[in-house]
Amino acid sequence: MAKEAKLSKFDVSKHTLVPKHTKLSESEKKTLLKKYNITVKELPKILINDPAIIRFDPKVNDVIKIERGSHTARSSVFYRGVVNA
Amino acid sequence: MEELFKEFASKFPAYLVEEVKENLPPKVTKAQVKKILETVEENYIYAKVDAGESVGLVAAESIGEPGTQMTLNTFHFAGVAEMNVTVGLPRIIEILDARLTIKTPMMEVYLVPPYNKGKDIRSIAMKIKETKLFELASEFQIDIVESQIRVVLNMKKLEEIGLTSKDVSKVIAKGAKTSSVKNDGDDIIVKLNSKDEGLNEVYKLKEKIRVMYISGVKGVSQVLPVKRGEEFLIVTAGTNLKEMLNLDYVDPTRTTSNDIREMGKLLGVEAARSTVINEVFKVIENQGLNVDVRHIMLVADTMCNGGSVKGITRYGIVSEKSSVLARASFETPIKHIINAAVIGEEDLLNSVVENVMINQPVPTGTGLAKLKTKVID
Repeated sequence: MAKEAKLSKFDVSKHTLVPKHTKLSESEKKTLLKKYNITVKELPKILINDPAIIRFDPKVNDVIKIERGSHTARSSVFYRGVVNA
Repeated sequence: MEELFKEFASKFPAYLVEEVKENLPPKVTKAQVKKILETVEENYIYAKVDAGESVGLVAAESIGEPGTQMTLNTFHFAGVAEMNVTVGLPRIIEILDARLTIKTPMMEVYLVPPYNKGKDIRSIAMKIKETKLFELASEFQIDIVESQIRVVLNMKKLEEIGLTSKDVSKVIAKGAKTSSVKNDGDDIIVKLNSKDEGLNEVYKLKEKIRVMYISGVKGVSQVLPVKRGEEFLIVTAGTNLKEMLNLDYVDPTRTTSNDIREMGKLLGVEAARSTVINEVFKVIENQGLNVDVRHIMLVADTMCNGGSVKGITRYGIVSEKSSVLARASFETPIKHIINAAVIGEEDLLNSVVENVMINQPVPTGTGLAKLKTKVID
């Protein structure tokens, strides 16, 4: 995986089509799951080797917060649970 | 006042709060502001989609109906070079199916300053284009006696790309291992190593070096510099985003491809999702039709829900439905029912299609509400 990142010297997160990704801390994750009364499995998914999150060194069941531009609400927050590729 | 805004910021999108803030008349009391914000909230809640609304069905109809009015042809790109672009219904189908190979892969290559102001745009475009030897050569002469080939280069074209005949001969030498490559002035002489080779062998070698890759980005078959607003950019036919992002005169933050799979692989699901939305919207706009983005956003979200791009096909998102009957109702019903019977699959009848099939109320809209009572005995 480290090799893959090396091959492309361009930082993916700088691309205009890639919104801001952040990894939630354990406590943030807990409050989020509690708020919506769900488990990580029920969230939309993101692959563990997704180029946009590779720099976090993610683990399965982590939750990634995505703040993306929206055509209708200017900006919106989205969550994805990390799954194995 | 500020805390009032803060309180409401969690109740509806932040930009609405900002808009209220900007448009407040000069003299307002706190109570009045509160009233305004409450009215905004009320209207926001009223505008939201109700729980149980069949949004997917509405989206399907909203994209499907204008789809009947779209063209079925591919059109020529306006410009000097002839370039085909898939538009209309075929393109929509291609995107929503998430095809592995699309009909007309294209890239929009943005450049870093000063090149984006038109500096050397022609030569950069030529450098990006995948160039084969026959495009640079004006003649291939076969010498039967010496069993060698003389490649007469077109120096003007070579200069455009910024190569010398030495560079070209180096590339040929790398590719044609069974022969020796020499420079003779501006010409290049390729000679077979083993003597007494027949004419056939020489001819084969000529055909081989003719289509040899010399320079440029592999996969880019056509380039077209265009001016958009104040800026110059290069539209290409054929994609190779990975290599393109690593070139120094290319602005990697804005360069995009219209191949959704490629975008997903290189930039992640989120980029793929935006590409789906942008590409579908571009087609619809192009055809002079009007579809609300929300429908397209819903489709794109569904396609990218599983972490990778999945098409709306029986191999894509339909295969992930939990209900056997729902899957069978899409395509290849017998296959699904037989497989389900073999492994003893259970259908919980939680969704719409299967309930329609067995003549039961569907769990959408008013059918969603269930009565729950506490029995006291």
